[in-house]
Amino acid sequence: MIDKIFLNMTRTSALLILFIVAWIFVVLFDHSTEAMRTFGFDFITKDEWAPNVDKFGAYAAIFGSVASTFLAMLLAIPVAIGVAIFLSEIAHDKIKGIFGVSVELLAAIPSVIYGMWGLFFFVPILRDIFGGMGIGLMAAGIVLAIMILPFMAAVTRDAMNTTPDILKESAYALGGTQWDVIKDVIIPYAKAGIIGSLILALGRAIGETMAVTFVMGNVHHTPRSIMDPTTSIPVTLANEFTEADSSLYFSSLFGLALTLLVMSFVVIAVAKFYFLRKVRKGQ
Amino acid sequence: MTATQKRIIINRLALAFSTLSAVIALAFLFWILAVLVMKGVDALNWNIFIYEGSPPGYEDSGLKHALIGQLILVGLATLIGVPLGIMAGTYLSEYGKSSNLAHVIRDISDIMMSAPSIVIGAFVYAIVVMPMGHFSAWAGAIALAIIMIPIILRTTDDMLQLVPGTLREAAFALGAPKYKVILDVVYRGAKAGILTGVLLGIARVAGETAPLLFTSFNDNFFTTDLNEAMPSLTVTMFNYAISPYDDWQQLGWAAAFILSMFILGLNILGRLILLAGKRK
Repeated sequence: MIDKIFLNMTRTSALLILFIVAWIFVVLFDHSTEAMRTFGFDFITKDEWAPNVDKFGAYAAIFGSVASTFLAMLLAIPVAIGVAIFLSEIAHDKIKGIFGVSVELLAAIPSVIYGMWGLFFFVPILRDIFGGMGIGLMAAGIVLAIMILPFMAAVTRDAMNTTPDILKESAYALGGTQWDVIKDVIIPYAKAGIIGSLILALGRAIGETMAVTFVMGNVHHTPRSIMDPTTSIPVTLANEFTEADSSLYFSSLFGLALTLLVMSFVVIAVAKFYFLRKVRKGQ
Repeated sequence: MTATQKRIIINRLALAFSTLSAVIALAFLFWILAVLVMKGVDALNWNIFIYEGSPPGYEDSGLKHALIGQLILVGLATLIGVPLGIMAGTYLSEYGKSSNLAHVIRDISDIMMSAPSIVIGAFVYAIVVMPMGHFSAWAGAIALAIIMIPIILRTTDDMLQLVPGTLREAAFALGAPKYKVILDVVYRGAKAGILTGVLLGIARVAGETAPLLFTSFNDNFFTTDLNEAMPSLTVTMFNYAISPYDDWQQLGWAAAFILSMFILGLNILGRLILLAGKRK
C-alpha cells in the first residue's frame, strides 16, 4: 500500500518535468499567436521594432543574439581549448588540481557580475581604443566569451580526459612529442566529446541575459559595424518585458521568448544527442 | 633543419600557445575577481545589514531588504524544488531504470538544465503573475524551483545508481518492502551525494537574475509578504549598477560580493562533503 503511494509520488514528480517542459512551449506559443498572426514571417525578417506604432520585427534581436554568440565562440573556443590542453596534458598534478577547481568555481560566479565588470571596467577601455560609446556588439561578444570560458574549458577538459592513458603511452613510445600526442591521439579520440562540449557552451551563451544586458545597448537596429550598439533576444526581454503596454507588444515579446527557447533547445539537443551520446556509447 | 627538430619546435610552439591561453584566461578571470573583492570589501559595512534601501544620497541605506528577500526566495525555491527533484531522481534510478520513459525524462531534463533562464521567467509571468495581476515572491520562487529541479534530479539519479545493487538485495532478502529499502538503505548510502547535489542546485539558482526580473520583480523596502513583489540581491544589484548614483553602485558591488561569497561557499562545501563521503 505505502509502496504504491511511494511509487506514484515519485513517478508523478518525474512526469512533472515532461509536463512542465510541454507546458512552457504551449504557454509561450499560445501567448505569441497574436504577434504571429499579425506579422507572419515578417516577425523574424523585419527589424523595425516600434512599440509606439505597434510594429514588431525581431530580426535585429535575433541577429544580435546570433552575432554576439558567434563572436563569443570565436574568441572563447581557441582559448578554452588551450586551457583544456594545459589542464589535461601540460600542468603539473598539483597545479592541475588547484587551477582545475578554480576554473570550476569561476563558472559558478553569477553572470550578472560579469556584466557589471563589463560595464564599469571593460567598456571604458573599448571606448578609449575605438571611440564611440564602447557599448555594443563587440563588448557583448567579449564579455560573453569571458563568462562562458570557465564552463567551456571545464567540459572540454573532461572530454579530453576520457582518452585512455594506454593510447597516449603507445604514441609516446613511438617517439611522439606532446603536441603529436595531443593532435593525433587525444583530439581525434575525444573529437565528438570536445565538439559536443563546445556546442553545449554555445547553447548556454545564446540564452545568457545578464552578462550582456549591461553592455549591448538595447537598440533595435541591425548593427552596421561591430562597435554599434544593438540588442539580442534576452536583452530585449530583460529591458522591455515590464514596460510592455499593449497586448501585441506582449505577444511579440512572448514570440521572442519562444524563438530563443527553440534556438537553444535545438542547439543543446544537437550537442547532447548527436555528439555527446557517441561519447557515452564509446565508453 | 631535420624533421625531428621541426617537430620539436612545433611542439614547443603549441605548448607555449596553450600555456599562454591558460595565462590569458586566468588573467581576465582574476581581474574580474579582483574587481569584485576590492569593490565589494570597499563597500561593505555594518549599515548594509541594518538598513533597507533608501533614495540615493542618504547615509542610512543598506541591503537588509535584498538579503532577506534573497533568502526567502531561494528558501522557498528549495522547499519546492528539492523534494520534487529528489523524488523524480528516485523514480528514474529505482523504478524507471533504463526504460524508454526514464531515458526520455533524463534527456528532456538535461536539456532543461541549459535552457535560457529568462524564458522560464517569461513562462512563470504568464502562468502566475498574469492570473494574480501582480508580481509576487511566489512567482520568483516557482521560477527558481523550475530551474533547480533538473539539477537535483540529475545528481540524485546519478548518486542513487552508485549505491551497490547487493545492498538493495540484502534488504529485500530481509523482507523489506521497496519503499523501505529506498528510504532506509539507498538514501542512506547516497546521503552525501544527494546533499552535494542540493547545495550545488541552491548555489546555481541563488545567482540567477533573469528569471526574477519579471516574477518577483524588485522592491526597495523590506517585506516578508509572499504575495507582493520581493527584492533580491541579484535584481537589486542589477538596478543599482545601471543607476547613475555612486552610492547605489557601491551597494551594488557590496551585494555582488556578498552573493558571490555565499555561492562560492556553497560550492566549496558541496565539494568537501563529496570528498569526505568518498574517503569513507
